[in-house]
Amino acid sequence: MKPPRFQYCAPRLLDEALTLLDQHGEDIKVLAGGQSFVPLLNMRLAGPAYIVDINHISELHYIETEDGYLAIGAIARQRQIERSVLVQEKHPLLVEVIKHIGHMQIRNRGTVVGSIAHADPAAELPALLTCLNGEVLAQSIHGERVIKAEQFFTGYLTTALEPGEMLTEVRFPWILPQAGWSFMEFARRAGDYALVGAAAVLTPAPDDTCMSAHIAYLGVAGSPIRAHAVEQMLVGTTLDQRALDAAAEAAREIVSEDMSDVHATVEYRRTLTAELTKRVLKAAWGRRERQERQEQQRGEG
Amino acid sequence: MLERDDDFSQCVEECEIAVIVNGHRYERTVPVRLLLSDFLRHDLQLTGTHVGCEHGVCGCCTVLFNGEAVRSCLMFAVQADSMAVTTIEGTNSDLHPIQQAFQEKHGLQCGFCTPGIIMSVHAMLHEHPDPTEQEIRHELSGNICRCTGYQNIVEAVKLAAERLREQHMEVE
Repeated sequence: MKPPRFQYCAPRLLDEALTLLDQHGEDIKVLAGGQSFVPLLNMRLAGPAYIVDINHISELHYIETEDGYLAIGAIARQRQIERSVLVQEKHPLLVEVIKHIGHMQIRNRGTVVGSIAHADPAAELPALLTCLNGEVLAQSIHGERVIKAEQFFTGYLTTALEPGEMLTEVRFPWILPQAGWSFMEFARRAGDYALVGAAAVLTPAPDDTCMSAHIAYLGVAGSPIRAHAVEQMLVGTTLDQRALDAAAEAAREIVSEDMSDVHATVEYRRTLTAELTKRVLKAAWGRRERQERQEQQRGEG
Repeated sequence: MLERDDDFSQCVEECEIAVIVNGHRYERTVPVRLLLSDFLRHDLQLTGTHVGCEHGVCGCCTVLFNGEAVRSCLMFAVQADSMAVTTIEGTNSDLHPIQQAFQEKHGLQCGFCTPGIIMSVHAMLHEHPDPTEQEIRHELSGNICRCTGYQNIVEAVKLAAERLREQHMEVE
């Protein structure tokens, strides 16, 4: 058998799972979709003494619209969100990002929350959550806490979760209706982890300059990175060629020195990051709703 | 989803499971670390499900789990307790129209990846009965074939889609 020995349990109630997590501390791991965790077990890179399978905890199976954000429970599958008419209508960027994850066979099992908890710096969802300044909900038998994305991802496959805590919900903030968004990535083969990817959300001001900019990257460092410096450069501009070129140049700096591996050198990743920055910003800006047009429509209405 | 009747709230290393595979109910005692792919092949002798990379990349071990295409090497047999699994052996006693189309269009060479591809195509055509060539290529990206270069596989899927649509219309 490929995976190492472990003790398994699959409770139906969240409280039971949290109790087990509290009892076993660092010796226990949570199994949700298993699309990243089971490969780690099969390759024996992970070998916890206990595994708690949360797939039967129906109270964690939800997609809910809340004031300010879309809440996704720990066992909602990526495919379910991709197919959800509600999410397609209310959070199209999330659907667009999910379509880039692996293959349909992976998304059929893989969960949104699991991808966030796994915190792979080359994964799509951690980068999106960082871009949107989203939050996660961590629960333990002692209580719960809400953590901002940028504080949650602390390094390569590492998060701010403490032993005994479980990630039960991820919150993707709504995007304003007038804002434009885009997600792009560069992968060598369809469905592979991308070398570099970028998510951007741009909100126009009434004079059609950029009022606020959010841009975050995957594959450029040990965790997903939001480029605050690039964002500040874009505010007040009209996203003309000069602004795009300056943003692309600044974005090269985001790529960490140690991001050189068998797949790509640092220099190549910087080139990709610069090019993706231009493309993703251009696409996002093109998708914005111009204020004049809104007013016109209102006038006509 | 079927209702699970066993209680797994206690930590165990081995347990009894009952899985519905291709319409038959199988009861077995398995170690919890047994992968679903190995359960199908070793415990049930359903060796049509192939095992390639064993970490979710190649797609050879694709089966239908409650109707959805999944990697059986990324699930444990215990997770299939009280669930329905369909493998290549369960598609039909004769050749299924998808298999027939693969034979006619020569959509395989060595055949190792074929069971996984057939199961993925099942799921694909169930959801999109009339896919475009681009959609077919996109959906096939989760199954690696090292022989064919995919040309004939794409042709076979197109033919299978056409025949299944015709069949469906006749039934109606």
